[in-house]
Amino acid sequence: MSVDKQTVAKIAGLARIKMGDEELERMVPELNNILEWVEQLGEVDTSDVEPMSAVIENSLRLREDEIDADPKTAGGRRDDVLANAPAAEHGFFGVPKVIE
Amino acid sequence: MTDLTNLGVKAIRDGVASGDFTAREVAEAFNANVAAAAELNAFIVTTPDHALAAADAADAKRAKGEDLGAMGGVPIGMKDLFATNGVQTTAASHILEGFTPHYESTVSQNLWDAGAGMLGKLNLDQFAMGSSNETSYFGNVASPWRKEGTNAPMSPGGSSGGSSSAVSARLAPAATGTDTGGSIRQPAAFTGICGIKPTYGRCSRWGVVAFASSLDQAGPMARSVEDCAIMLGAMAGFDPKDATSLKADVPDWEAGLSADLSGKKVGIPREYRMEGTDQAILDSWEQGKEWLRDAGAEIVDISLPHTKYALPAYYIIAPAEASSNLARYDGVRYGLRDLPDGAGLQDMYAETRAAGFGDEVKRRILIGTYVLSAGFYDAYYNQAQKVRALVARDFDQAWAECDLILAPTTPTASFPLESLNEDPLTMYLNDVFAVPASLAGLPAMSVPATLNPDGLPLGLQLVGKAFDEQSVLNAGLAIQQRAGFHHAPEKWW
Repeated sequence: MSVDKQTVAKIAGLARIKMGDEELERMVPELNNILEWVEQLGEVDTSDVEPMSAVIENSLRLREDEIDADPKTAGGRRDDVLANAPAAEHGFFGVPKVIE
Repeated sequence: MTDLTNLGVKAIRDGVASGDFTAREVAEAFNANVAAAAELNAFIVTTPDHALAAADAADAKRAKGEDLGAMGGVPIGMKDLFATNGVQTTAASHILEGFTPHYESTVSQNLWDAGAGMLGKLNLDQFAMGSSNETSYFGNVASPWRKEGTNAPMSPGGSSGGSSSAVSARLAPAATGTDTGGSIRQPAAFTGICGIKPTYGRCSRWGVVAFASSLDQAGPMARSVEDCAIMLGAMAGFDPKDATSLKADVPDWEAGLSADLSGKKVGIPREYRMEGTDQAILDSWEQGKEWLRDAGAEIVDISLPHTKYALPAYYIIAPAEASSNLARYDGVRYGLRDLPDGAGLQDMYAETRAAGFGDEVKRRILIGTYVLSAGFYDAYYNQAQKVRALVARDFDQAWAECDLILAPTTPTASFPLESLNEDPLTMYLNDVFAVPASLAGLPAMSVPATLNPDGLPLGLQLVGKAFDEQSVLNAGLAIQQRAGFHHAPEKWW
């Protein structure tokens, strides 16, 4: 399988990365080289294999049902959370007006 | 007095504890080396005051007769992928420029709790995507090593290239690294130092900027196996804030070090004899077998039949996870925002990400988005996850015949900066020997073996069973003792 400029434009749109014509054209052969190369995975017989989901046997833990058990990940840190926002206003993240 | 910057972690810790010198003298000596090495571009920001404060705390503890901790009085470099409270954390990307966390990553906190201090935040490939340290927004990192008879700047490897360059150039006795597909081991090999990636889950990922979460693992980089053992012990440990953190005791790897490999079987995977591997590297591999045999190990031939497919599987899985992880950079919560006049929310996302991400990052996000998109998911992503299961199964079967695996770390020595960046695929091949252990989550280490005919360092790689970092470190120690690698780069910076 290979991608054309239109497909790359669609992927860039899905990934929310603006790309001009020139950049899209440059990406086409670069992505195709990589995609052609990974195509060799099709040679491997995987009919009896489950896709790997966890690399080391590890069961998902449940934590104690305790409010704010770890202060680092607890609530009540609004100002810390907003401290790096490019446009924090009135205790919220500011974004451009959204009208649909 | 000896030059304190030639000392490693153990020598500094023990010297401070016994009063041979103060932690402050050590921190000042390294701060001076850091300040004088701007040409290497190993640091994005320097934090001399952090190092001095930790040193003073260690000296004060000693005056009171208190325990200084496993890293007491040792200043280190911190890869700029770890969130550090109050200190800019960028992942070497424009999109995070100016981001100053209000929290500390678990690994860095563990190191400060063990008595270490921070010399600065180390440069890296942008979002840890790269094998040469040429994708950082903050400029290339140069290796302190040069090819004999030339002045061309060489690659320190990547993505932990600021770490490898700094440790090799004596700007720090040790540094943190992270390894997603070789990013600790390959730069360690390129610069003649040691680096270990532990079993997946040993070191908490909490507060580490995510690249590919099922592969990312932190580890130490230092100039000796002992120093790696000490620092890994300080970094590792269960963390409830990371869902994949291992709930397992951290062994005392330093106390367990032994270069006697009697009774150990070391496997030599025949599939790692690949075309395009330097003769000097094949020779050092042969030499490595001799060293391990001399240490009492038995050498056995093994097969890892899916080795060839590990790298292409990695280049589907890692970009897929990256495309998802990097969706968080949206210009809303932190980092860069690019909002042209009159633009709406969707335009702001697209403009911000276009301006903030570098080329290699965009390339991988696009690949990842493509392989996860409707209609291609099964053919690419699912197939890659199945191949990953086969790569892991290869190792499981190998453990029936051996306890450890010995292989080269890289197919070539370091290369001049900007000599390989025309073609991303050639660059990716650098990690061909490193990626299989990453896909299987196994502990793996690079130790320096020798210099090639150009005077550049070569590394040997040891891969162990899950949870068996001790055997990896012990075999590393056996090689270190026999290789006698005491070369240091000649200072030109």
